Amino acid sequence: MSRLAYLAPALLIGAILVVWQVACAVLHTPEYLLPPPTAIALALIRNAPILALSAWRTLAMALEALIAASLFAALLAFLVSLSRTLDRAIRPLAVALQVTPVVAIAPLFVIWAGVDHPDRAIVALAAIVAFFPIFSGAVRGLSSADPDLERLFDLYDARGLQRLTRLRLPSAVPFIVEGLKVASGLAIIGAVVAEFVAGSGGAEGLAWRILEAGNRLRTAEMFAAIVTLALMAAVVHLAFQALERRALVWWRGR
Amino acid sequence: MTAVASLTGVEVDYPGRGKALGPFDLSLAEGEIVALVGPSGCGKSTALRLLAGLEGPTRGEVRRAAGRGETSVVFQSPTLAPWLSAGANVALPLELAGVARDEARRRAADALGRVGLAGAVSARPAQLSGGMAMRASLARALVTGPKLLLLDEPFAALDEITRRVLADDLLALWRQARPAIIFVTHNVEEAVYMAGRVIVMTPGPGRSAGETVIDAPVPRPPGFRVTALFREAAEAISERLAGATGPGATGVAA
Repeated sequence: MSRLAYLAPALLIGAILVVWQVACAVLHTPEYLLPPPTAIALALIRNAPILALSAWRTLAMALEALIAASLFAALLAFLVSLSRTLDRAIRPLAVALQVTPVVAIAPLFVIWAGVDHPDRAIVALAAIVAFFPIFSGAVRGLSSADPDLERLFDLYDARGLQRLTRLRLPSAVPFIVEGLKVASGLAIIGAVVAEFVAGSGGAEGLAWRILEAGNRLRTAEMFAAIVTLALMAAVVHLAFQALERRALVWWRGR
Repeated sequence: MTAVASLTGVEVDYPGRGKALGPFDLSLAEGEIVALVGPSGCGKSTALRLLAGLEGPTRGEVRRAAGRGETSVVFQSPTLAPWLSAGANVALPLELAGVARDEARRRAADALGRVGLAGAVSARPAQLSGGMAMRASLARALVTGPKLLLLDEPFAALDEITRRVLADDLLALWRQARPAIIFVTHNVEEAVYMAGRVIVMTPGPGRSAGETVIDAPVPRPPGFRVTALFREAAEAISERLAGATGPGATGVAA
């Protein structure tokens, strides 16, 4: 890659920021409408401690949701792999859960969790959003073993548990890590959307920072929270991408 | 000599796809190498799966003196688990049969040594060439000390030089333990080189179109491929194959 291509993303972002800054100065836009990048940077620095705390809250809820979703998805995928009837029974429910917008069911969860515990509702909702890619990845993975290897296991009279642990689970690894990567992004989206719907400060996540700043027309602070959220989501994405790459290297042996 | 395995009047129907094989008879004596030659879709692989006990016939009888643990199969692709080392792949049938892990690994390393892969015990399948992977697959088939070895076009995916070397190596290995071998191929010269008896099959549903006995020592003497015996046998089998597959042949299902 040439040096220019390497620097291209930074150059583009820099150019946008410069144009933005100049436009704000020339057009005298009011700060509540469009704050200049310098004001956003200042808001970022000034609010750094609380933004970091809120980012951590959102991240923690998303990760809790991801863990809960993984456990539940793994259990259900295992059950589905055992019998076609169970598969047929569970599928429509899982799909219905996936296609229903999380915003629509969020109020229900907020009621169930109780006003004092919006974080529980948020974790549950983010888990629902993160569930499907892990579930479908695991189901597909568990049935994707090489058919000739399956025949060899028949020939060797492998027991059900041996087939699961020595053939089907290892065969499913690439599908499961792919599902996890997709789910990690969805868990963050789910957590932010759910916090918006919960609409209270009880969870103190980044969505609340955005709402709070918006309500007070502190647009620079709003931008600062959005930037923090984007950075956090990018870090999580990169981390899971690296995890996926390492898992695949282990799996393929190169 | 007693038969290690036999098919008597077997027929196989696949629901919706019609008849795949038969009626077909085959008897395999101890230590005999028989090649099945026929066009694609003639039911060669079906016959092999019947002998392996991976499938049952619709009609007719399958008999095997060799128990399940004494039967091994090698497929057209090496069918190695990518997440396991060559050694672990070869040890797999032993471990599934309950042999202790250390003992299984020791015997696997031994088997890999016999196929010329002593240095590749800890290599992953992705690090092996096509020929080496096929050798590992062969080692896995041999590690259990089978009485019946079923080879389903094992060299079809390899280049000409590799398949010739492997053919000689396989015959040398056969001399050590003398398992009965069924060798499925669509390559006439390979069949003549490998087998003591070559059975030609008609297009599906496959029946026997006759057999040719190859009366030559094993391992084959140098220059066997240019002897009159070899050329005449190959010619006779090719003609029989052309007669079975050509216009006017019976039982042709397009």
